[in-house]
Amino acid sequence: MTFGPLYLDHAATTPLLPQAREAMLEGFRLWANPSSPHKAGRAARAALEDARARLKIALGWDGEVIFASGASEALALAIRYAKAGPLVVSAVEHDAVLRAAGPEAVRLAVSPDGLVDLETLSSGLAAIQQVNSETGVIQPIEAIAGQVRSHGGVLLVDAAQGVGKLSLPDADMIALSAHKFGGPIGIGALLVRDYALLDAPGGQERGYRGGTENLPGVLGMVAALEAGNGWMVDAARLRALLEAGVVASGGDVIAAGTPRISTIGGYRMPGKSANAQLIRFDGMGIAVSAGSACSSGSLKASHVLTAMGVDAPGEVIRVSIGRETSEVDIERFLAAWREIAGKVAA
Amino acid sequence: MIYLDYQATTPLAPEAREAMLPWLAGPEADGFANPHSPHRAGRAAAAAIEVARDQVAALLPPGGRVIFTSGATEALNLAIIGSGRSRLAVSAIEHAAVLDTARFVDHGVTLLSVDDEGLVSPDAKLPEGANLVSVMQVNNEIGTIQPVAAIADRAHAAGALFLCDAVQGAGKIAAPANADMIALSAHKLYGPKGIGALWVRDGIDLQPLIHGGGQEQGLRSGTLSPALCAGFGAAAALCTSLGESDARHVEMLWTRARGLFAEWTLNGSETARWHGNLNIRRDGLDVARLLSECRTVAFSAGSACASGSGRPSHVLRALGLSDKQARTAIRIGFGRYTGVDELEEAAAAINAAAGSQGV
Repeated sequence: MTFGPLYLDHAATTPLLPQAREAMLEGFRLWANPSSPHKAGRAARAALEDARARLKIALGWDGEVIFASGASEALALAIRYAKAGPLVVSAVEHDAVLRAAGPEAVRLAVSPDGLVDLETLSSGLAAIQQVNSETGVIQPIEAIAGQVRSHGGVLLVDAAQGVGKLSLPDADMIALSAHKFGGPIGIGALLVRDYALLDAPGGQERGYRGGTENLPGVLGMVAALEAGNGWMVDAARLRALLEAGVVASGGDVIAAGTPRISTIGGYRMPGKSANAQLIRFDGMGIAVSAGSACSSGSLKASHVLTAMGVDAPGEVIRVSIGRETSEVDIERFLAAWREIAGKVAA
Repeated sequence: MIYLDYQATTPLAPEAREAMLPWLAGPEADGFANPHSPHRAGRAAAAAIEVARDQVAALLPPGGRVIFTSGATEALNLAIIGSGRSRLAVSAIEHAAVLDTARFVDHGVTLLSVDDEGLVSPDAKLPEGANLVSVMQVNNEIGTIQPVAAIADRAHAAGALFLCDAVQGAGKIAAPANADMIALSAHKLYGPKGIGALWVRDGIDLQPLIHGGGQEQGLRSGTLSPALCAGFGAAAALCTSLGESDARHVEMLWTRARGLFAEWTLNGSETARWHGNLNIRRDGLDVARLLSECRTVAFSAGSACASGSGRPSHVLRALGLSDKQARTAIRIGFGRYTGVDELEEAAAAINAAAGSQGV
């Protein structure tokens, strides 16, 4: 029996939705510079501002929207220009936050369930993710926001893995990336409750982000968001099936008892290194990953799993499902898992 | 509408658009993959990015690397801030992306003046202790081509790095072979918006501005868009293959445009100039009125970014024009897809509207 490729790496990036693609093609037709005052430029500007308004409606956000090239840039912008005091980050943040924060930032520990230890929060700028990209763990942002505000601090949430799937978290600044929810790579946004939270370096986006705007990207992002998250109901069902199968064949689910997004899971196959697993899965046409896409290829252990104190983090792979994932796909993955784990004759 | 604003942005080349489409894929194909994923689809996307990188590198000197960014603004920020240099000298007619960033880094930045032709002197005196010099290759408002090779030599003799904003020149004229860093933007050379590059000479040490996954050799984190890279690469490759015919076409349009606008005064050098840029003025002209009366023609009064600010152009002021004179200038930009008939029709409309103002 031959199979086509099976993509189970949606936390790395997602297929572009057809409606996002259509919107981008329209964007390519509106190629004038949105800052040009002539009719063509004004048409591009109108489309850009219309998209900004639609984005706010789709997200349920009534603050400001600064378009950026992606979540990494949005996070860098927030951390660089926030007018808040010292920076506090969780130990399980994406490298985009950890490296921007630098070694001097306070790092909040997480417990073995992957949740941030709230006791140590203080004033200043707190950068906490909504959803972890390796384990799917959802942080209790509402409680964290309450803590941060009671200390007079500002909360920045990296919502790259949550936007388009979960409701928008309650935060002062939120970073998002279109290609994690069916939009194009190369576009994202920083949502800001109030411009007064940031210094303005100058240029476009009201002086908060210079550079000619990527209108096709913006249009694609908004169209993807407007496609909705109705499929998350299916994702929950598929994920339950996936995890029952993994556990039944001797695998461990990382942070099994913690609230997690239905699309991302970390699974340990005892006795098999993640790299060996990946090679086997890839050979069978199945795309999964060991940790985040960016860090893949590096041999160092995942900082997320290490911070949680997970046993044998080098044996954990990430499986992330998406809108088009089907039950047949899950069965195929589980058959491959069992074969690699040596639970069935090959 | 007749589009004559090629310095603000250029039409997307159909070839660039085609090159992007396979990478704007849904689940039915592999083209959506994250190029940093090690699985098969990811490796294919990464390979496409490397092809594009080579196509862009072909516009640039040997002995360096191409770092993809979200555009030239980011590339220039990365070069200036990331170089860690603190004493800057930049030309007085740089784009805001250089001027504002230079002021951010060095409040006492030295502005190198230009003559009444809009040219920095090749013998420009650099201030004592300057360690980063930035001069653009082709000015975005008046098209003047700066003697960047000579200035780069002077910068090096003074122990400084030389950064060149080549946004308006890349793909049209050869990049300065002795620059240390060169910034490009895809959408000024018929590629897509949202991507550009910083070329960095081997051995030059930079610190990143955007941290994270460590893409682009650690210099610029963030998932790279295979679609944007492929579009940029295809556009760059076209500039290489069509270089001669593009140049001939622009020369022909320039000659015609000079005749059509013979009554106007040219701003900036006639000869040391990219001839796809016609910046002209007429005493007493009300430019806002002219723009509103020529609604079928897209042209501008200076750079797109500064438009609407109400400030007179810092470039025209640097040429020695008064505020009043600077406010009477228009910029007409043309290129590969401009027809001579379009130029003629636009000139008729603009000249008629100017004539009705009695100037």
